[in-house]
Amino acid sequence: MPREVDLSAVRPYADHLGDGLVQMSFTLPVPHSLAARKAALELAASMGFEEPEVVHYEELTEGYTYFVMYGRCVRTVDFASLQGEGFDIEYMSEDEIERFAERNLGRRIIVVGASTGSDTHSVGIDAMLNLKGYHGHHGLEGYHSFETHNLGSQVPNSVLLSKAIEVNADAILVSQTVTQQNLHVHNLTELVEMVEAEGRRHQLILACGGPRVSNELAKELGYDAGFSKGTYPHHLATFIVRELVARESGDRVPAAG
Amino acid sequence: MSTPGSKLGLDTGVIAACRQAARRIADDVAEHISGRTTVSVERSVTRLLGVDGADQLEVPLPNVLVDHVHERGGLDRGIAHWLGNAMLAEGRSPQQIAEAVSAGELDLMALEQAEEEAIRERVLAETRTRLTEISRKFDERAAIRERLGDSGGTLRYVLTATGDVYEDVVHAKAVAQAGGDIVAVIRSTAQSLLDYVPYGPTTEGYGGTFATQANFRIMREAMDEWSEQHGRYIRLSSFCSGLCMSEIAAMGAWEGFDNMVNDALYGILYRDINIVRGLIDQRVSRMINGHFGVTINTGEDNYLRTADGVEAAPSVTASQFINHQLARDSGVPDAQIGLGDAFEIDVPVTNGFLFELAQAQLTRELFPDCPVKYMPPTRHMDGNLFRTHAADTMFNLVTIATGQGIQTIGVPTEGIFTPHLHDRVLGLQNVDYVFNSARDLGEEIEFKQGGIIQTRAQDVLGAAQELLERIAEQGLFAAIEQATFGDVSRRADEGRGLEGIVRTADGYLNPLVELMGQASYA
Repeated sequence: MPREVDLSAVRPYADHLGDGLVQMSFTLPVPHSLAARKAALELAASMGFEEPEVVHYEELTEGYTYFVMYGRCVRTVDFASLQGEGFDIEYMSEDEIERFAERNLGRRIIVVGASTGSDTHSVGIDAMLNLKGYHGHHGLEGYHSFETHNLGSQVPNSVLLSKAIEVNADAILVSQTVTQQNLHVHNLTELVEMVEAEGRRHQLILACGGPRVSNELAKELGYDAGFSKGTYPHHLATFIVRELVARESGDRVPAAG
Repeated sequence: MSTPGSKLGLDTGVIAACRQAARRIADDVAEHISGRTTVSVERSVTRLLGVDGADQLEVPLPNVLVDHVHERGGLDRGIAHWLGNAMLAEGRSPQQIAEAVSAGELDLMALEQAEEEAIRERVLAETRTRLTEISRKFDERAAIRERLGDSGGTLRYVLTATGDVYEDVVHAKAVAQAGGDIVAVIRSTAQSLLDYVPYGPTTEGYGGTFATQANFRIMREAMDEWSEQHGRYIRLSSFCSGLCMSEIAAMGAWEGFDNMVNDALYGILYRDINIVRGLIDQRVSRMINGHFGVTINTGEDNYLRTADGVEAAPSVTASQFINHQLARDSGVPDAQIGLGDAFEIDVPVTNGFLFELAQAQLTRELFPDCPVKYMPPTRHMDGNLFRTHAADTMFNLVTIATGQGIQTIGVPTEGIFTPHLHDRVLGLQNVDYVFNSARDLGEEIEFKQGGIIQTRAQDVLGAAQELLERIAEQGLFAAIEQATFGDVSRRADEGRGLEGIVRTADGYLNPLVELMGQASYA
């Protein structure tokens, strides 16, 4: 008989329920040696892994050693209490979004987006906004219910904001694709501060996206929502259209995850 | 008629028509940019004359000198004219003159004017001496390269990008140890938009490390040391792109760099640099690279990051024809023209591998003497590093089966962050495995006549011909305005760096162009 998963105490699953096996890899700035291997094992143990195992290690260059390891995670997480917290929302399809917008708003939603700061990658914002979209899903440009302005990459926050004011935008979308040393956090925070300084925080939906952006991080930085890898344009559109309708009707809906 | 020896059954008539159209496009470009110089071209002249250093506000002396003349309205004669005149009048070196101007002790345009011919001779003699010195260093380097050799076959090109030049050295050594042949230090992301080259060693940059002459030297010394110790030569590459294309070419030449990414279109499309500015700077930077034996890499691969890999293939091929012609016109021989290409078809596309094989083979057959630089999948790599690693394996297989000259290696963490130390090593190990395991595959395979691969290549070439002929009719500038490349539109009267273009007057003097511009591989 299959064992039932205890959702209040979940562990990583590898081969069978409860084994807790975690795969990890990292480099230590130490010479390739048996002492290095021992150091990696000790480090994994101090991270809380039981029975840590080095399955592969090698020298990258003098003084740097790379490890691939497994370890048994004995801690658990309470999944049961996280369910029903509104992290998972049901997305509408493109057609549903069009109908929903037409019925509830009766006007086009104006969206301004850019990849800001020094980020040169427009791939994220293009996937969300341009007609071509991503993996066969139209970007918002292809929706009748959206009017989009894609400012491209390396756009200063000030330019993005003034465009949003100029076209009377409903939402600002910020993409941060490849960043280093948490520069994306700085960029994202700056925009929120500027929007607040202009006194427009309440008129605007602020959303950000990128491989290192999460909904949690976005909320923490003062955004209405954050979108990570795996987001399609209709996910974003669902969030915007629901949020806008909720705001115009005076109540709030849970944000997208 | 089918081309003899072609695995793809390419029609010689279509290829000839493509070349013909590219010729017309390049001639039109030359006409559009003639009679103009730019502030960065003029700064390159000062750099090749030995001006270096920065003032107290960290403004590089080449900028101080060129701005000094530009503000006084004299740049239409060329910085060399005023420098030459000052050299005659003051008996000082270009560097001493730059320092005096910077200190406010000297006004180049207030000096008495010597005879034009005397100025010309003085400047040409000085430039010739400097060029000879750099050429001698390059010959020495070529001898080292020859003596130590590389890993053989396709050169493995690896990017590092820590932001700190001293960390880059660590990464570069790991790359070398894992079999990399060319190390390219990515520049800090915003550098392409700076209208000056920062000075000195740098330890802070985002998404890359600033290209400065001091950083070049630190990397060069470290890699030379590694090469001698391990008996294999490591090449270095940087980026002659952005607003300082030609200056970086001059710096790279001086510091013994072997390769340079050198494509104006990239800056025009993706950094919104003015088209005219970009193409003037490109012409001079390619002259410098061509002259000193530096291999240039063009950026066609980038179009596929913003446009679709299947649909946009003809624009890549068309751009290769144009870039090839523009490079030859600047005096770069085929052996130094690393045209761009990329493996960017989305993973779920059925037979995508066959299309990639067709495109890669097409590029090789169209430009057999050019070391094509083949780029890994990036656009559709989604953070699932195991899938990326698998896609890179297919990419490596195409590379070896079609005999690409240079391959930028793929790394499993593509699209997540700038790769970590071990990510590159994993990428290189994948390359090593595939290149060795399938080394002579290209010699063994033929493609079925009228099959998917042949048909795809012929279709792409046919569409490239149509596109080239359309561009030849309307001109490259109009084509760019109509978003022909990478789905991005740019206008000739807009963009960054426009204010740095200067119309030249009669008697404009540019010793660099005069001495280097003689070679042309039309």
